[in-house]
Amino acid sequence: MQEVEKIVNGKDLFKRPEYAEVLANKKQFESSMLAINPAKVDEIAEWTKSWDYREKNLAREAVTVNPAKACQPLGAVMVALGFEGTMPYVHGSHGCVAYFRSYFTKHFKEPTPCVSDSMTEDAAVFGGLVNMKEGLKNCAAVYKPKMIAVSTTCMAEVIGDDLQAFIIAAKEEDKGEFLPEEYPIPYAHTPSFVGSHITGYDNMMHGIMSQLTEGQKGETKQRINIIPGFETYIGSLRSIKSIVEAFGTDYIMLGDHSDQWDMPAGNYEMFSGGTKLDDAKDCINSSATISLQKYSTTKTMKMVEKRWKHAGGHSNPIGLKGTDEFVMKLAELTGTEVPQKLKIERGRLVDAMQDSYPYMHGKKFAIWGDPDFLLGLVSFLLEMGAEPTHVLCHNAPNGWEAEMRALLDTSPAKDSLNVWAGKDLWHMRSLLFTEPVDFMIGNSYGKELMRDTGTPLIYIGFPIFDRHHLHRYSISGYDGALNLLTWITNKVLDQLDEDTKQIATTDYFFDLVR
Amino acid sequence: MGPETLEAKQKAAIEEILKAYPEKAAKNREKHLGVGSPNDENQKTCGDVRSNKKTVPGVMSQRGCAYAGSKGVVWGPIKDMIHISHGPIGCGQYSRAGRRNYYIGVTGVDTFVTMNFCSDFQENNIVFGGDKKLGKCIDEIEVLFPLNNGITVQSECPIGLIGDDINAVAKTKAKEIGKTIVPVNCEGFRGVSQSLGHHIANDAVRDYIFDGDMSHIDTTNVTPTEYDVAIIGDYNIGGDTWSSRILLEEMGLRVVAQWSGDATLKEMALTPKVKLNLLHCYRSMNYISRHMEKEFGIPWIEYNFFGPSQTIKSLRKIAAFFDESIQAKCEEVIAKYQPMIDAVIAKYKPRLDGKTVMLFVGGLRPRHVIGAYEDLGMEVIGTGYEFAHDDDYKRTKEEIYRSTVIYDDVNEYELEAFVKKLQPDLVASGIKEKYVFQKMGLPYRQMHSWDYSGPYHGYDGFAIFAQDMDLAINSPVWAHSKAPWEKEG
Repeated sequence: MQEVEKIVNGKDLFKRPEYAEVLANKKQFESSMLAINPAKVDEIAEWTKSWDYREKNLAREAVTVNPAKACQPLGAVMVALGFEGTMPYVHGSHGCVAYFRSYFTKHFKEPTPCVSDSMTEDAAVFGGLVNMKEGLKNCAAVYKPKMIAVSTTCMAEVIGDDLQAFIIAAKEEDKGEFLPEEYPIPYAHTPSFVGSHITGYDNMMHGIMSQLTEGQKGETKQRINIIPGFETYIGSLRSIKSIVEAFGTDYIMLGDHSDQWDMPAGNYEMFSGGTKLDDAKDCINSSATISLQKYSTTKTMKMVEKRWKHAGGHSNPIGLKGTDEFVMKLAELTGTEVPQKLKIERGRLVDAMQDSYPYMHGKKFAIWGDPDFLLGLVSFLLEMGAEPTHVLCHNAPNGWEAEMRALLDTSPAKDSLNVWAGKDLWHMRSLLFTEPVDFMIGNSYGKELMRDTGTPLIYIGFPIFDRHHLHRYSISGYDGALNLLTWITNKVLDQLDEDTKQIATTDYFFDLVR
Repeated sequence: MGPETLEAKQKAAIEEILKAYPEKAAKNREKHLGVGSPNDENQKTCGDVRSNKKTVPGVMSQRGCAYAGSKGVVWGPIKDMIHISHGPIGCGQYSRAGRRNYYIGVTGVDTFVTMNFCSDFQENNIVFGGDKKLGKCIDEIEVLFPLNNGITVQSECPIGLIGDDINAVAKTKAKEIGKTIVPVNCEGFRGVSQSLGHHIANDAVRDYIFDGDMSHIDTTNVTPTEYDVAIIGDYNIGGDTWSSRILLEEMGLRVVAQWSGDATLKEMALTPKVKLNLLHCYRSMNYISRHMEKEFGIPWIEYNFFGPSQTIKSLRKIAAFFDESIQAKCEEVIAKYQPMIDAVIAKYKPRLDGKTVMLFVGGLRPRHVIGAYEDLGMEVIGTGYEFAHDDDYKRTKEEIYRSTVIYDDVNEYELEAFVKKLQPDLVASGIKEKYVFQKMGLPYRQMHSWDYSGPYHGYDGFAIFAQDMDLAINSPVWAHSKAPWEKEG
């Protein structure tokens, strides 16, 4: 029974003897093996750590277990929320939207506006045109967004709804009451059974950029477009802007959700910040476009490079080298010297790397996440002399595996470094048993791996549900690399203390100074 | 303020809110908003609101889907089974381990609740069908997770649209591997909310557990007794079922099964032999309770373990079904916990007395937690359900104490507007709305996940509930929103 002066919640309540008795007593009714034969559980648990299990696990062809990817519309919702006053609108059933909203909200600890047009069985039979007509009208009337960005769930894709025709029909029927002819409603088909959330990002970004710029082509302006990609670090968006601003050049960040998912307390507005729609319409007239995530913007960049003939290309400003390349690209595009401010920032980062290198050098890491994130992080690990033993990308697009392999091959330890394209986190579990590492870098899904394998987890990635505020920091630019260095080095040091804190046995190495 | 003026104010708020909609949407939403009056006998449902109807498109409903109701609510917490999210990758990923269905087991070895199994549909599965892949998924699961006691197939939207026959795959594979395999046709587009998913999932329990071949589950060690009960519709969020179970056992009953928090297949298979089914979440599991009543003659009663007043009422109601020995022990249990509860109320009521709350939750909580707040001197001034039916709103009428705003399937716009107009001291709802209200400087508690605290059921749970509500309402952080240089007003 609770003691009123020391009320405990579930963390400690069930440790009390009366609950231990309840739980022990419950076992007689249970069919899980722990209740029937704990030795059998131990045996199978041991077997899951074996090479035999690893081989069987890696041979899986059909079932995915503990994935490290999500589906297209999630990325489309992120794109929409990076534009001024824009409501993400998902054509399909509303359960999906409840999921996107809660998923982002659990990560950012911020509201995530998004509507759906709540398609049900009748829409599955007759198509979702009626839902679209009503949904766009209601959304415009109630939330008064400046733009509505429409994507799709797999239901709408399977039945083959035609977004373009539906949007035109909705405007026609509305007769300008809520949806005037010029009201921007860009769209993208985002089938969940193709690619992953980064594909949806690409499709929606392509949709917005191509549709808003229709008929806007004019004289080219000395200006750089920056497309951040599926970027979940709010601080990274700010770091990037600060680097570009240091060059004094005009720029447009296309899809800037840094204010939307980082609203100050005191007042709630549904929309905050984002790329100005006028800028988005004019982005076709910029002289260059740089994508910061190659694999999240394949289709978009194809349009920008082939049709718009923009200079720029892609850059991955994570880590020292990646940031250097980005900075040099900006210097080249603007025809200016690297600003003093950035030279100092770089110097400070390198200074910090040289202070801390002994703790990361030679340490083995397992890491998973999105393709571009991994290229940046792995590059940084290599810059520090660390060994990325397992690099796993569940949503690896074509070409990524070879690119990652080439990067790993620059390491002296290359023969022990592995790329795992298209594998999931249950595969990773096997690998951590058979070819263990010192640390893992990844999202909250690594938590169970940490519990099962004892490998310490450094929380860098998306989604992060169970650690607070990390997303507010930057992992891009020189300042972002300094954050990476700080987080990783200090986790190594925490672990060193953990490993040496036994009194009178190992604590001679429990040094005050490291 | 007298009840009349309160009611007038509430009605005015509704009228005002409806003005933002286009005509058709306003007409629809008008039927879902009302002012509930406990004494108005003309009200068929609380506030005469309509429910369980299609959501108005484009308005940011908080509702989920049938898949969420089946996989996320009913089947997902059964710990010794593996639940395949059948279709594209998203649904299982977004819903993974978010609901806090606590369980004891070695995850990945003999229990699997927090994991995510998915058939990860690609375009070719949509075009050529996914039955073959499903069969292969089951084979691979059998190799890698041999201690699973069964598999469920939780259909995502495409399955029902592309004409796959998961029932046939399940039948063939069940025969092959000799375990329970349950196909659930809970595609997200079915019905208007997660509610139909509960119903579909209940029907699948009936067809595949009660009427299925359970010979692979050994139940011989359990001999039925006169005091056997099952807890139905408690998903052990944060350990709620455990803090309920302890009370039932203390009063001499034997809890044979938990549906489905920390549940195993065996417990569910044992349930048809219990003497009484205790139904907590009526909405999600009344179907199977009614079925057991009809088929096996097991009576069921609803109970409410939120807050001491309701807990005591419920304990006595349960005891009344049994003999005097149980009734006597029930009184002992009530007497045993009373001093603790008195102390909790003495400690927290002065800090919470007179504070007002607005709720918007799913299942049973929009009515069941009202009493718990009242035990602390707080008043619920607005409440509503994501996916309730008429019978829920009828039951709600009995729980409110005076004129209360009732909103069915409330959307982001309406809830925000209601809160601004009615100015509660606390909002209690889900994760999607949480930060909207916190930005406004309003104390907030998640009433789906207990904000990662709990349990809230039972006596021990009430102490935590009281502590958490005090933590939220009386935290110093809310006072920081206004900067010292900002003028008053």
